[in-house]
Amino acid sequence: MLTEFGRVFIFFLVGAIFVAGGLVFAWLIRPKRWYPNKLTTYECGEEPVGDSWVRFNIRFYVVALIFLLFDVEIIFLFPWALVYKNLGVYAFVEMLIFLAILLIGYAHVWVKGDLDWDKPEPEILSHRQPFTLKDQLQQKEVPA
Amino acid sequence: MGLLDKEFNNSNVVITSLDNLLNWARLSSLWGMQFGLACCAIEMMATGASHYDLDRFGIFFRATPRQSDVMIVAGTVTLKMASRIKRLYDQMSEPRYVISMGSCSNCGGPYWEHGYHVLKGVDRVIPVDVYVPGCPPRPEALIEGLMKLQEKIRQQSLVKKTA
Repeated sequence: MLTEFGRVFIFFLVGAIFVAGGLVFAWLIRPKRWYPNKLTTYECGEEPVGDSWVRFNIRFYVVALIFLLFDVEIIFLFPWALVYKNLGVYAFVEMLIFLAILLIGYAHVWVKGDLDWDKPEPEILSHRQPFTLKDQLQQKEVPA
Repeated sequence: MGLLDKEFNNSNVVITSLDNLLNWARLSSLWGMQFGLACCAIEMMATGASHYDLDRFGIFFRATPRQSDVMIVAGTVTLKMASRIKRLYDQMSEPRYVISMGSCSNCGGPYWEHGYHVLKGVDRVIPVDVYVPGCPPRPEALIEGLMKLQEKIRQQSLVKKTA
C-alpha cells in the first residue's frame, strides 16, 4: 500500500508529466520561424532605448536599511499587542526597553546625518545669460 | 521550423486529424491585440463590450503582441504609425493573423487621394488575411470578418505548400 508520502509523490509525478507533456507537444507542433525583428523587445511598438538594467541611486540603500529596521519592529509589536493583557506590566516594560534600544539607533542615524537626502548644490550661473530678443526690446523701452 | 509545422509532403489520416485539432484550437481562442488607431477602434471596443460580446467566440484583447493571435488594424494607418505596426506585427508570435478593419486601413479610405500622411492600405506593410469594409464597419461586420478568419484558419494544414 502507498504511504501518505507516496500519494504526494504520485501527485508531483502527474504534475511533472502534465507540464512536460504540454511543453513537448507544443515544441512539436509550434511554428518556429524566427528572425531578428521578431525577437526585439516589446516597447509598445517603439524602438527600445537604453539598458533594461536600470541603476538605482545608492542613497536608497541607506533608506531601505533603516526602513527594514522599523519594519521588523512593527512585526514584533503585533504579537506583543495580542498577549499584552495576559502579561501586564512586565510586557509593557519589556517593550519600552526594546523600543528604547531602537530609538537610540534611530537617534544615532539621525545625528550621523543618514536621514538627510544628499542633494547636489544647485548650480549658480556665474556668468550673465546672453540677452534674448525680448530683453533687448524691454531695455530699449526703459530709457525712452 | 517546428518539427511538424509545414514539414510533410503529403497528408494522411494522422496529419489531417492533428490539423483539425490544431485549427479548432486556434480558431476557438483568437486573442486580439489591444490597440486601436482611429474611430474604427471605437466600433472594435463596442464589439468587445457586453452588447456584441466577442468573448463568446473566445476572442478577447491582450496587451502584448507576444500573447496575441490576431491583429485588428482598426483605423487610419498614418505613415508614422505604419513602421510601428510593422514592428508590432513582427513581434507577434506565430500563428498570427491580421484583420484590416475599415476603409482607411483597407485602401486609405477618404485619404486615398490627398492624404499626404496616410498609408494607402495597411497591406503595403503587413500581410492581411481579412478585409472588413465600412467607414467605420458596424460591430456585426467586424464579427463577420472574424468569422471569415475562423473559416480561413479551419482550412490550414501542416502539409508543405506546393506551388
